[in-house]
Amino acid sequence: MLYRENGQFKTSYRADQQLLPVVQDRWLMLGLLAFAYLGLPLLASEFVIRALIVPFLILAIAVIGLNILVGYCGQISLGAAAFMGAGAYAAYNLAVRLPGMNFLIVLLLAGLAAAAVGVAFGVPSLRIKGLYLAVATLAAQFLLDWLFSHVKWLTHDSPSGSVSTATIELFGVPLQSPLRKYFLVLTVVCTLALIAKNLVRSHAGRAWMAIRDMDLAAEVIGIRPLHAKLSAFAVSSFYAGVAGALWGFVHLGSWEPAAFDIDLSFNLLFMVIIGGMGSILGSFFGAAFIVLLPLFLNQAPRWLGVSLSTAAQSNLESMIFGSLIVFFLIAEPRGLASLWAKGRQKLRIWPFPH
Amino acid sequence: MGSARETESGVAAPLLAVDGIDVVYHGVILVLKGVSLAVPEGGIVALLGANGAGKTTTLRAASNLLQAERGEVTRGSVAFRGERLQRLTAYDVVRRGLVQVMEGRHCFAHLTVEENLLTGAYGANVPRAQAMSELERVYSYFPQLKQRRASQSGYTSGGEQQMTAIGRALMAHPSMILLDEPSMGLAPQVVEEIFEIVRSLNTRERVSFLLAEQNARIALRYAQYGYVLENGRVVLDGSAENLAQNEDVKEFYLGLSRRGRASFRDAKFYRRRKRWLA
Amino acid sequence: MPPDSEPLRARWPLIALAALLGAGLAAPLATGAAAPGFYLEVLLGGLMSGVLYSLVALGLVLIYKSSGVYNFAQGAMVLLAALATARLSEVMPLPAAIGGALLMMVGLAWLVERLVLRPLVNQSPIVVFMATLGILYFIEGFGQLVLGNDIYKVDLGLPKEPAIVAQRWFDGGILISREDLVAAGIAAALVLALALFFQRTATGRALRAVADDQQAAQAIGIPLGRIWFIVWSVAGFVALVAGLVWGSKLGVQFSLAEVALKALPVVILGGLTSVPGAIVGGLIIGVGEKMAEVFLAPALTSGLGVAGGGVENWFAYVLALLFLLVRPEGLFGERNIERV
Repeated sequence: MLYRENGQFKTSYRADQQLLPVVQDRWLMLGLLAFAYLGLPLLASEFVIRALIVPFLILAIAVIGLNILVGYCGQISLGAAAFMGAGAYAAYNLAVRLPGMNFLIVLLLAGLAAAAVGVAFGVPSLRIKGLYLAVATLAAQFLLDWLFSHVKWLTHDSPSGSVSTATIELFGVPLQSPLRKYFLVLTVVCTLALIAKNLVRSHAGRAWMAIRDMDLAAEVIGIRPLHAKLSAFAVSSFYAGVAGALWGFVHLGSWEPAAFDIDLSFNLLFMVIIGGMGSILGSFFGAAFIVLLPLFLNQAPRWLGVSLSTAAQSNLESMIFGSLIVFFLIAEPRGLASLWAKGRQKLRIWPFPH
Repeated sequence: MGSARETESGVAAPLLAVDGIDVVYHGVILVLKGVSLAVPEGGIVALLGANGAGKTTTLRAASNLLQAERGEVTRGSVAFRGERLQRLTAYDVVRRGLVQVMEGRHCFAHLTVEENLLTGAYGANVPRAQAMSELERVYSYFPQLKQRRASQSGYTSGGEQQMTAIGRALMAHPSMILLDEPSMGLAPQVVEEIFEIVRSLNTRERVSFLLAEQNARIALRYAQYGYVLENGRVVLDGSAENLAQNEDVKEFYLGLSRRGRASFRDAKFYRRRKRWLA
Repeated sequence: MPPDSEPLRARWPLIALAALLGAGLAAPLATGAAAPGFYLEVLLGGLMSGVLYSLVALGLVLIYKSSGVYNFAQGAMVLLAALATARLSEVMPLPAAIGGALLMMVGLAWLVERLVLRPLVNQSPIVVFMATLGILYFIEGFGQLVLGNDIYKVDLGLPKEPAIVAQRWFDGGILISREDLVAAGIAAALVLALALFFQRTATGRALRAVADDQQAAQAIGIPLGRIWFIVWSVAGFVALVAGLVWGSKLGVQFSLAEVALKALPVVILGGLTSVPGAIVGGLIIGVGEKMAEVFLAPALTSGLGVAGGGVENWFAYVLALLFLLVRPEGLFGERNIERV
């Protein structure tokens, strides 16, 4: 009744192929964008924007990338954080060695560098599948970890192994306040999400999904596995690289190699699974869930009036986190995006049951 | 709810009685609506219908395998020998003598043919000595399997895999076998072979069968009774001879029209024809 | 085509890799960078640490072989069992402590089957894999909360003094740890028992069937829940053995669960479904890692100007990766049979 699609006829193929064919959806998206650009800066405190919204947005980019690889193309990757790191270090080197370069160009080049690394480590996917491929990506993770901490050139010969970045300047405007950084990240996210949504609807996306579902059959009808798989790795690593550069420059400011370790890789994979594999919207859901959860777990004992030692607290957090992951996988293995789709389905036929 | 039914077997209680079941997947997708059917003792019943009509779902509901695909029976009941199967687990159903051969065979690819057969005995808790004699019985029905007994099942042909799957079900010494699309992906000659074996199992070993088949022609040749499923509802049922003569069945499932073999020139006529679902 | 009928010349990539690795193995000796006695000690040390990896990997293979699930929490289970034994032995004699730890592992198996595996029947492998990751976080939190954070030693009463052999051929002889020899013996016995179990018994056959096709196994009446409880209990027992050996030799602390992550390249190299593969893989990884740590790292520092330390963090994975490229299912793993 509320979500009535009656009367919304399309008169051209172009109209029918829009991203948001239902009018209510379009209003919803417009409202969301307005809220993000206008409403949120007015309502939320600087702390919330800096500590919650910005990391959520940056990680969402990385999760979209990982979702393309894992959800759309079906290649398991346990090394997403390493590609983020590749982008971060590439951006750092560009910023330090070629100062004055436009930050957007830096982001673009960092993404391309990460994409090259991703393609290199994606080559094994042509021979191996499934869990065995996961090992190849783990090799990438540990190898890159080691490179970041042992190859002095990458950290510009920093003695401590950690790097720090200067303030970002965009078209002459220094981005110092959290609000300005937020706008930069928001714009990048919207652009990249739009590109991703269109990519997965295009021929490339269909090729990826064909490989995921039945790679032998896909090869037989003329989809080249080499192109499809490596392009998935390339696009995924590009997104991870841009996210990594933003993570390092905007969110962290300064970091050591451990900032892109295997824990982050696992977290990214959790975001993909919990958000929903093969769904761009799901990437946002997953990122939000995993960003908010530790904060929630952190604050919960205080709300309940229980005081615990920090060690006990962090152990309990681990336990609850693990149980929640399992619970979530049982309750909705296709992720939050699937819950959302079911909700919409119910809304369309409401008040009828099915 | 169903259409007027002609009971074939008279007064004897059916072996398997599906009574008005509704099946829902993921809580939102209604797949079966009020499906009822009965399989008499010693009979072969065919369940016909096109792709997506709900045949596999019906069989899964009977074997209690729906939960794995997030499906559940929300109304109605399934009874085997008068006992309701709702609360039982899948392996309890097998122990009671109702085994399913799944669509697409689903042999254990890395196990040899003989190991595949032996797992069938394990599932039904058949003691070892009896299992060996069952094995010989299966080999007598499927001599080809005896030849290939040491090959890994994944490397055997489609027909051999179908035989392995049926043989594996036989090892449990069932009173009834649910056969899901036995002809799928097989050469016509092999399909004939399989159906001949089904018939001889039915006459010699008194194993009842419920066959879900898209190939209506061959199914109606071997079955005694049939149900036609469309969009999750039973739309027609009757003895096999009556179904084979039925005009609608002939047109929709056997490719025949009143003028013999149908051709596309009759398409306009087809569309105007009132479907029984309207 | 079936693997046994492949001609030898089709296997050239594997032969080439073997030759390359053999050359790498012989290099320190050939170039005179190491004394023969020292070289042998490093080799033996690598073999012994490889045995430790193999014991952890055995549990992994067990679970994978019978349910198609890669149990990411296996390393944590090893440490949980070892820690439980260590803490319990503070208040009761060792055999009772071991019994108590075993009971705990069986209890864990029951919980995992009931709360995680049963609801996740027939989900895609990546979902169950993620669930084991969740179990990993849970065990880490639980173990440290209940059993403590420090390093503990487990005293099994194994001989501690090393034996010195071959004094005639090498200067000062070669040190072999008797403890390690016992560990190797235990591992060999376990492998034999497990291999026999899978190939010869009806339950072993049923386990392999479940790994191949869960749905079909369910359809023919194999009780999945009971099977998984048995498997995880046995895996828990294997984890206990591994934990005891590890605890006796190196001491156990929960942060070491990261090191157990190395079990993954071990099973990958050996083949996820192969019990003997776990041993062979473990030995190869163990030797490779030790050699890389001792001989490769200085070569990297002097040759490429990079600080060589920490090579062992990634060497196992890269080695496994190289093997995967020539043999995608691992050395002894089953070929993936796909029908189109």
